[in-house]
Amino acid sequence: MATITAAEQLHAIPALRARKRIGWLAAGVLCVAGAAVLGLFVGPVHLAPVDVFKKLISVLPFVRDTSHLTATQEAILMQLRLPRVVLAGLVGATLSFSGAAYQGAFRNPLADPYLLGAAAGAGLGATMVIVFTHAATASNLIPVAAFAGALVAVALAYAMGRAGGAGRTATSLVLAGIAVMSFLTAVQTYLQQRKSDTLREVYGWILGRLSTAGWHDVLLILPYITIGGAVILAHRRLLDVLALGDEEADALGVNTRRVRLIVVIAASLSTAAAVAVSGLIGFVGIIVPHIIRLIAGTSYRVILPLCFAFGAAFLILADLLGRTMIAPAELPIGVVTAFFGAPFFAIVLRNSRKMI
Amino acid sequence: MRKTLVVLIVLAALPGCSKSTRPGSLVATPTSSFPVTLTAANGSVTISSKPSAIVSLSPTATEMLFAIGAGTQVRAVDDQSNYPPNAPKTKLSGFQPNVEAIAAYQPDLVVVSGDVPGLVTSLKKISIPVLVEPAAKTIDDSYTQIEQLGQATGHVKEAGTLVASMRGRIQTIIASVPKFATPPTYYHELDNTYFTATSKTFIGSVYGLLGMKNIADPADKKASDYPQLSAEYIIQTNPQMIFLADTKCCGQSITTVRKRPGWNQITAVRDGRVIPLDDDIASRWGPRIVDFLQTVVNALKGLKQAA
Repeated sequence: MATITAAEQLHAIPALRARKRIGWLAAGVLCVAGAAVLGLFVGPVHLAPVDVFKKLISVLPFVRDTSHLTATQEAILMQLRLPRVVLAGLVGATLSFSGAAYQGAFRNPLADPYLLGAAAGAGLGATMVIVFTHAATASNLIPVAAFAGALVAVALAYAMGRAGGAGRTATSLVLAGIAVMSFLTAVQTYLQQRKSDTLREVYGWILGRLSTAGWHDVLLILPYITIGGAVILAHRRLLDVLALGDEEADALGVNTRRVRLIVVIAASLSTAAAVAVSGLIGFVGIIVPHIIRLIAGTSYRVILPLCFAFGAAFLILADLLGRTMIAPAELPIGVVTAFFGAPFFAIVLRNSRKMI
Repeated sequence: MRKTLVVLIVLAALPGCSKSTRPGSLVATPTSSFPVTLTAANGSVTISSKPSAIVSLSPTATEMLFAIGAGTQVRAVDDQSNYPPNAPKTKLSGFQPNVEAIAAYQPDLVVVSGDVPGLVTSLKKISIPVLVEPAAKTIDDSYTQIEQLGQATGHVKEAGTLVASMRGRIQTIIASVPKFATPPTYYHELDNTYFTATSKTFIGSVYGLLGMKNIADPADKKASDYPQLSAEYIIQTNPQMIFLADTKCCGQSITTVRKRPGWNQITAVRDGRVIPLDDDIASRWGPRIVDFLQTVVNALKGLKQAA
C-alpha cells in the first residue's frame, strides 16, 4: 500500500473535482433524456409506446418507419408533442442558465432572469400588439414585440443604473431594474384597462403559451438561445472570479464592468427569446440554479452546464404535469413550476448544509 | 353635444310614459305601474317611477333594453356595449365601475351583470336602484331577465312580445334541425389558447338544444365549466364542427386554424366546417342568441348535406 504524499494529494483534488463534474454532467444528460422520453410517451392522448419509439427513430437516416400510428396520432406526436417537449426543454434551459448568469453577474442570490425588467418589457410589448394592432396580424407580431420589449426594458434599466452613479454598483442596477419593471407593468396594466376587451388575450399570453407550441416557435428562438448560451458558457470562469467581489476581481485583472455587461446582454437576449414564445414562466430561473449550487457546488464551471440539463428536464416535467394532471384540460405551466418547485426547493434547502 | 343628446333622450322618453299605462293589457304578468318591486339577483329592488335615465353596465342588458323598446330611456352604457350601434356608449366600465362616474349621469336605474364588490352598496347609499342581471345559465334565464327589465322600465308588453317571438323562432329553428344517427360533435373555441365552454354553460346549453355533443364535457374535471383543452385532445376527439368565438378578440379564422400544427387532421378543418362566430353574440345571453342558433343550424344543414 503506497502512502500518498502531500504533493500527490494536492494533485488529486482537481482530478477528483473533474471526475465529480463529469459525473454530475452525465446525471444531467440522463435526466434530460429521461424527462424527454416521459414527455414524448405520456400525454392526454394515449399512444402505444412501441409505435412512438418506432416513429421517433424513423427520423434518423436509413431507419424505416414501421410504426402503426394513424395520421392523426402521427400529427399528435410529431407536430404537437415533440415540438412542445423541445420547446419546454429549450425554455427551461434558457431561464435556468440566464438566472444563474444574472445571479453571478450581480452577485445576488435573488436575481432571476426577469430582474432587469425583461418580463415586464415583454409583457408590455405583447400587450401593445394585442391592444393596438388588428387581431389577425397580432399573433405573428406578439413574439417579436415581446422580444423587443424585453430588450428595451433591460437596456433602459442598464442605462439608468449606470447613470445613477454611486459607484455604478450591481446594486444600483438592480434598483434601476425594479424601477423600470414597476413603470412598465403600470403602463401595461393601464393599456389593459383601457381596452378591457383584450384582457383575455393578454392574460392568455401571460399565463404561458407552451400549450400552442409548434416547430415554428422552436426555430424562432433557437439562434438567440444558442448564441446567448454560448457566450455565457464562455464566461463561466470569469463569473467565478466575479464571485470574489469587484475589487478582488479588478485586482486580478478582470474588467468587471465589461464582463457584467456581456453576461447581462447574453442572458437578457436569451431570456427575451424564451419569454417571447412561452409567456411568463416564473420560478425556474431562481430555483434550478440554487438547487444545483446546493447539491453540486458553487463554481460557475459546474453550475452553468448543469443549468442547461436540469433546467430543461425540470420544465419538460413541469409541462408534462401541466398537460396530464387534469387531462384533457390544461393547467397553466406557471402554476405547476411554482406549486411543485417551491416545496421541492424548500426540501433541498432544509437538507443542505451548504450556504447559498 | 352630450348635454343636447341627453336632453333629446329625456324628451323622447317622455311620451312613452303615457303609453305604458294601458288598461286591460293582455299580458298576464304584473302591469308596469310604478312603483314596482322586483326580485333580482341582488334581492328585492324597488323602482319608484318609470326610469328615464338608465345606465347599463352590461352589454347583454343593453341589447335587451333596446330590444324591448326601452332604448330611449337609456342614458349611458358601458364601453363594452357595442350593440345596438346607437346605444349611448361611454367610457364607463363594467369591470372596474367607478361609482362617481356612474352617479355623474344622474341615473334613476343602473343595470349590471355582476356585483363588483361594493358597487350595489355604494349606489344604494346614494339612493340609485340597481338591478343585477347575472350571466344566464339557460335560455329560460334570458327570458326571465327580459321580462324583468320590461317591468323595470315600463315595457312589460314589449318584453312579453319579444320573449314570445324568441320562443317561436327558436322552436322553428329547432324543428328545422336535420336528423343525425349520432349527435354531431363540436368544439366551441373561446380563445386561441383553446379555452372552451362545456354543456353546463349558457352557450353550451344552447348547442344542447340542437342535440349536439360538446367535446369539452369529459374534460371538465375541475368543474370550471370553462376548461382549457390540450391541442392533442382536440385533434384526437376529431370534432365534426369547430365554432370560433374568438374571431374578434384573437383574429382567428379558418385560415389561422389550418396553420396550427396538426389541426389539418381534424375532420372539421379538412371539410372546411370551421364556422366563424361573432364573439359578442356568442358570449352574451341577449335576444341575438336566436341569430347564433340560426348560424349553427345552417352549419348543421351543411354537415347533413355532405353526409
